Amino acid sequence: MSRRLALNTAGFVVAALVVAVLPRFISSYHALEWANVGIYFVALLGLNVLTGYSGQVSLGHGAFMAIGGYTSAILIAHHGVHDVWTIPLAGLVAGGAGLAFGLPALRLTGLYLALATFAVAVAFPALARKFERFTGGNAGLVLTLHTNDWLYYLSWSIAGAGLLLGWLVLATPIGRSFRALRDSEVAAISSGISPALYKTLAFGISSFYAGIAGSLVAISTAYVNPQTFPITLSLFLVVGLAVGGLGSLPGSVVGAILIQFLPTYAAHVSKQAPQVIEGAILVGVMLLLPGGAAGLFRLVQSSRQP
Amino acid sequence: MAALLEVENVSRRFGGIVALDGVSLDAGENEIVGLIGPNGAGKTTLFNVVTRLYRPDSGALRFAGRSLLRTPAHRIVRRGIARTFQNVELFDTMTVRENVRVGGRYGDEALEVVGLAPLAGRLAASLPHDTRKRVELARALASRPRIVLLDEPAGGLDHEEVERLATLIRRLRTELELAVLVVEHHMNLVMGVSDRVHVLSFGRRIASGTPAEVRNDPAVIEAYLGSAA
Repeated sequence: MSRRLALNTAGFVVAALVVAVLPRFISSYHALEWANVGIYFVALLGLNVLTGYSGQVSLGHGAFMAIGGYTSAILIAHHGVHDVWTIPLAGLVAGGAGLAFGLPALRLTGLYLALATFAVAVAFPALARKFERFTGGNAGLVLTLHTNDWLYYLSWSIAGAGLLLGWLVLATPIGRSFRALRDSEVAAISSGISPALYKTLAFGISSFYAGIAGSLVAISTAYVNPQTFPITLSLFLVVGLAVGGLGSLPGSVVGAILIQFLPTYAAHVSKQAPQVIEGAILVGVMLLLPGGAAGLFRLVQSSRQP
Repeated sequence: MAALLEVENVSRRFGGIVALDGVSLDAGENEIVGLIGPNGAGKTTLFNVVTRLYRPDSGALRFAGRSLLRTPAHRIVRRGIARTFQNVELFDTMTVRENVRVGGRYGDEALEVVGLAPLAGRLAASLPHDTRKRVELARALASRPRIVLLDEPAGGLDHEEVERLATLIRRLRTELELAVLVVEHHMNLVMGVSDRVHVLSFGRRIASGTPAEVRNDPAVIEAYLGSAA
C-alpha cells in the first residue's frame, strides 16, 4: 500500500516537472495543443470516475462539458466575471446537472443508460440555439483572449489538481463503494451500500469534472457556440477512456492525447477524408488494445443484468 | 426459542410462475436452520425476499419482532442480516481485505474467524473457488450480524472442504453467537449441522422439523423422489 503510494507520488512529481518545462521546448502553437490535452484529461478523469469506477456508461459527457462551457461563457460575456473564477462555478453547475440527471438515470442500466446520456448530448446544441438570449444562439459568445502558454499552465494546473482530487476521493470509502457497485451490485447492496446514493454521486462528481473541462474549452477557444461541443466530442471521450484504460486515472492522459492529436494527423494523411481515416485508426487502436476496448464492452454487457 | 426471523405467508410470483406460495418459516436466536428442497423450489427467491432484493407480493417479514418490509435492501445489513450468494458475488478487482471491509467495520476480525488473514492482500479474482466462498462468508460476518443467510455454501466444494465448512458453521453459532439459515443441496451437511430443517417444494413449505423428522417425512421423500424420477 505505502509502496504504491510512493510510486504514485514519484510518478506524479516527475510528470509535473515534465509538464512544467515542456513549453520551453515547443512552439506556442503546440503549447495550445497540449493545453487541449490537459483539458481532455480533466474530462476523462471525470468520465473514468463514472464509467471506470462506478460502472455506468455515459455517451453524453460532451453535454455536461457544454453546460460548464456555457456557464463560464455567460458569466464572462454577460456579467463580466473574471474567467478564472468561472471555472469552479462551471464545475458546480455541471455537477448539479449531473446529480439531477443521475436520479432518473438510476432506473436505467447498461445500454439503456448509454442511450439516455447520448440523447442529452444530441439535444444540447438545439437547446443552446433555442435560448439565444443567454447563449448567443448560432453566433455564440465571444470571450477574452489569452496567451497559449497561459492557457497551457491553467489547464495543466487544473488537470494536476483534478488527478489528486480524483485519487483522494477514490481512496475513501466513497471510491470503494463505487467499485463495489461496479463489481457486484447485489453484493454491494447486501453489504449496506445504497445504489441510488452512490450512482447519483458518481454522476455528480463526473459531471463536475466535465463542467470544469467545458469551462476550460470556452476559455481557451475564447468563443463558444453550439458547435463547440458536438456529439462527436462525447463519442471521442468514450473512445479516449477505453483506450486510456477504464479504472486507471493516469492512463487517461493517453486517451486525452489520442483525442487531441488523432484528428490532426488524420488530416495530414488525406485532406479529403480525415473522418474515415480517423475512424479506421480508432478501430485499429481498439483492436490492438483489447483490454481497454473489451473492458468497456464487458461492462455494458454485465451491467445489463440487474 | 424466541423467533429471530419470521417469514409469514409470503408469496412472490414472476409473471405466471409462482416462486413462493404462502411460505411461512422461522429461525430462532442462535439457531442453525436448514432450508432444503428440489431445484426451483424457491429457496434462493426466499433469501432474496428476506434481504429485500425482491419485494414479496404478499405476506409479512419480521426480524427481532419488527417488520422488514419498510427496510430498503441496503439497510438490511444494519438490521443484523447478512448473506452470501449461490454464485459467489465478490468484488473481484479488490483485495480480500477490501472485500471484507466493504462488508463492515469488523472485516479484519472476520478474516481471522474464517482463517483468511494470511491472504488479506491477495486480489479476490486470483483465489480458488473454496477460498472465494470463505471470503464471501467473511464479508458477511464483517458487519457482526445476528443472522447469516448462506446460499449453497458447500456448492463446488470437495469432501474435505465440506467437513471444514460444517465445523465453521458450528463455530459461527458457538463463538459468534449467530443464527444461521442455510440453503443447501448437500444433505449430509444440512442434516449434520441443522437444529431444524424447513423443506420447500414448488414454492410451498411441505415439511418442517428436526433433521430426523424431516428425513422420514413421506411428503419430503415424495418431493425428492418425484423430482428425481
